[in-house]
Amino acid sequence: MKKISVSLLLNLLLPIQVFAADLTVSAAASLTNAFKEMAPIFEKQNPGTKVRLNFAASGPLLQQIIRGAPVDVFASADQETMTQAQQAGFVKADDQKIFASNTLVVIVPKGGKQNPTELSDLTKSQFQKIAIGLPAIVPVGRYTKSALEKQNLWTTLEPKMIGTQSVRQALDYVARGEVDAGFVYSTDAAITPNEVKKAFIVPTEMPILYPIAPIKGSQNDVIASKFIAFVGSTQGSEILKSYGFGKP
Amino acid sequence: MDEAWIALRLTLKVAGVATVINMLLGVGIAYLFARKQFVGKNVGDAILTLPMVLPPTVLGYYLLVLLGKHGPIGYFLKKYFDINLIFTWQGAVIAASMVSFPLVFKAARAAFESLEPQYEQAARVLGVSDAAIFFRVTLPLAWRGILAGVLLSFARSAGEFGATLMVAGSIPGKTQTLSVAVYEAVQAGQDEMANFLVLLISVVCMTVLLVSGKLVPGRVASGVHDHG
Repeated sequence: MKKISVSLLLNLLLPIQVFAADLTVSAAASLTNAFKEMAPIFEKQNPGTKVRLNFAASGPLLQQIIRGAPVDVFASADQETMTQAQQAGFVKADDQKIFASNTLVVIVPKGGKQNPTELSDLTKSQFQKIAIGLPAIVPVGRYTKSALEKQNLWTTLEPKMIGTQSVRQALDYVARGEVDAGFVYSTDAAITPNEVKKAFIVPTEMPILYPIAPIKGSQNDVIASKFIAFVGSTQGSEILKSYGFGKP
Repeated sequence: MDEAWIALRLTLKVAGVATVINMLLGVGIAYLFARKQFVGKNVGDAILTLPMVLPPTVLGYYLLVLLGKHGPIGYFLKKYFDINLIFTWQGAVIAASMVSFPLVFKAARAAFESLEPQYEQAARVLGVSDAAIFFRVTLPLAWRGILAGVLLSFARSAGEFGATLMVAGSIPGKTQTLSVAVYEAVQAGQDEMANFLVLLISVVCMTVLLVSGKLVPGRVASGVHDHG
């Protein structure tokens, strides 16, 4: 019994598993499913490499990097966040590569009676609560805000907005029927087709593009470039396409 | 910094209401556990203590599933009372009081159980009713121990984060409490706001601790011996 507990203790103290290279990739929440599918394929092609994926809204990911998180690759859901990373001195301008595009959509809970067809429909009283990524930290929130501002609807709709910590939380609230509508990417809407219904596409002023870049000073810069190349490869593009991402 | 003061007011409101609920329920249920024997007492104690031990995300998920539109409780409340708790400050109150309930319950139970039985017995011999014994004998003897639990419960409620964020969301002025506001300020890189908020929270918590130290000197439930 004593022996068992000692070996158990030793096991707990040992690192989980040692790989030749641990590549930490911080990626926008909307990339969750696509990157999770890519990681094991990339690991197989590069024996000894372990990809550690870290998903959140692009804003918090940037804050982690700025505060010194050991991140090797950063994939953001908008150019603005990547530019902020560049201004803070964490990525080089020429290292950035756009690898995918997306569209903004309004979704409603499936089985509901509401069928909005344009943004102004959301001002109706049937829409009491609308989920939106917090514009201060979530790119999809910023895209939404500027699209609504362009049609002079932001101030009208703001009181109905339920701010979320990432695009996926907005998706979850719509899927659970806790809100009457939500703004997400078309790729998110496609994740839970049984719970949410795509109502209409929201035109955005700027195209929704995903930049990816290695973080300056990364100890795994070689494998980081390899991963970025893999994301942009035919194989990577196929996976992105299968989740509904567009070409850059 | 207006946002911070609004968040503070909301935090005090949520924690205050949660604490009142805990005080009434916690003291009542603790008295039952301390004085009565019944089947499933240990399991009951474990279930009531669980929310404090569970990860806040687990509790948040439970609440979201139970209180949500399609959840058993949420559906019932919506259908018969037109009450919706998700994304409301009342939802935050429920999250906060679930998490901090065990602090009142445990403290009150310990306080009741450590009372010497002869005072209650003497009152009973004198023909005092059960309710009068509780309010005039038991409660005055146990109040210090209970108060310590109540103050801790207030502090814990004011600091609730995980379950609150999941159930009540982060709506400024409506459900955005101080702890949620700090999280958001840090996420957005608003260091100035974050610094101000953490200072504010530290001052509030320090005040609670100092007040509880004044009101409850020495060990919990030591009031018993003062009278003995």
